[in-house]
Amino acid sequence: MRLIRTITVLFSVLAILLPLGTAQAEEIGRIKGAVGDASIEREGESIKPKPGQVLQQSDVLQTGANGRVAATFVDNSRFSAGPNSRVELSKFAYDPTTEEGEFVTSVEKGSLAIISGKIAKSEPDAMKVKLPSAILGVRGTRFIVEVGQ
Amino acid sequence: MNRLACVVVVLAGFMTACAGDTIVLLPDDEGKTGTVAVLSDDGQERALISDAYETASVSSSSVSTKTQNADAVESEFGELLEGLPPPPESFLLYFVEGTSTLIDSSKSVLPSIFAEIERRPGAQVQVTGHTDTVGKQADNDALSKQRAKAIRDWLIDKGMDATLISAVGRGERELLVETGDETAEPANRRVQIIVR
Repeated sequence: MRLIRTITVLFSVLAILLPLGTAQAEEIGRIKGAVGDASIEREGESIKPKPGQVLQQSDVLQTGANGRVAATFVDNSRFSAGPNSRVELSKFAYDPTTEEGEFVTSVEKGSLAIISGKIAKSEPDAMKVKLPSAILGVRGTRFIVEVGQ
Repeated sequence: MNRLACVVVVLAGFMTACAGDTIVLLPDDEGKTGTVAVLSDDGQERALISDAYETASVSSSSVSTKTQNADAVESEFGELLEGLPPPPESFLLYFVEGTSTLIDSSKSVLPSIFAEIERRPGAQVQVTGHTDTVGKQADNDALSKQRAKAIRDWLIDKGMDATLISAVGRGERELLVETGDETAEPANRRVQIIVR
C-alpha cells in the first residue's frame, strides 16, 4: 500500500512539474526568408533561419554583411531586416480573440522595414520600436528605421 | 563613419548623414500613410512623422525632418522593401445557422487555399471563427472557436500540415454585415482563413 501511495505521490508531483519544464514557448511569428549570413539568437544558442522557422518572444534576428531576413507575425505585422542588423523581438503579447496586445522591438543596429499589424491598430503605441536614440510609437503604417553608425 | 568625418559632414550641412538614427515613413499596401511618434524614454512625444516619404533624423537631443521623393527612397532602400513579405491572403467560408457545418459552395474554396500556401515559403494559416449576434457573447465566443476548430480539423483531414494551422474564435466582435444585437445574419456566420 505504502509503495503504491509513494508512486502515486511521485506521479502527482511529476504531473505538476513536467508541464513547467517542457512548456512550449508561444509562437509569435515565422521566418519567411533568409539569405546570406543570418541567424536567430535564442537563449545563448544560434539557430539558422529558414522559411517556416517559428519565432518566440526574446529572439534576436541577426545578419552579417551579406545577410537579410524576413518574418511575419501572428498579428499580421511584417518585418524585413537588412545587412549588419541586430533586431530583438523584446516583447510580444497578443490576444487573437480581442486582437489587442503589445509588441516591442529593439533595433540595436542595422536597418529594418516594418509593416505594422493588428497590435498597432488596437491602441496608440501598443507597438513600439526602440532605437538607440529614441522610442517610436507605431500608429499603423509602413516605415523603415536605420540605426546610425 | 568616424567622429572627425562626422563633424566635417555636419559643418558641410549634411546633418542627416550622422545625426543618429533615420526613420522613413511610407504609404502602406493600400496607399494610406499612418503615423510614427518619436517618444522620449518616459513616453513624452518629441515629434510626429505623418507624411509619405517624410524622413526623420533622430539623435538623443534632436529630431529633424525632411520629405524625400519616392524615387530617392526606392534607390536607397529598394532591396530592404522588396524583402518585406506580401500581405496575408484571406478566404471566407460560411456555415449553416447554429452549426459548424459548411454550406456546400464554401467547400469548393479548398484548392485556392492550398495553392496560396504553396505560393508562400514558410506559410502560416490562421482559422478565425465568427458568429452573428444571436445569443450571448460568451456563447458566441465558444461557437466561433468551435467553428474554427472544425475547419482546422477539416483542413488537416484534407491533407494540410497541422503544424501550420492555428484556430481562433472572435465571437461577434467583427461583423461582416453590421446588425443590431440578436439578429440572425448568414453573412456573419463565417470562418476566415488567413494565409500569411
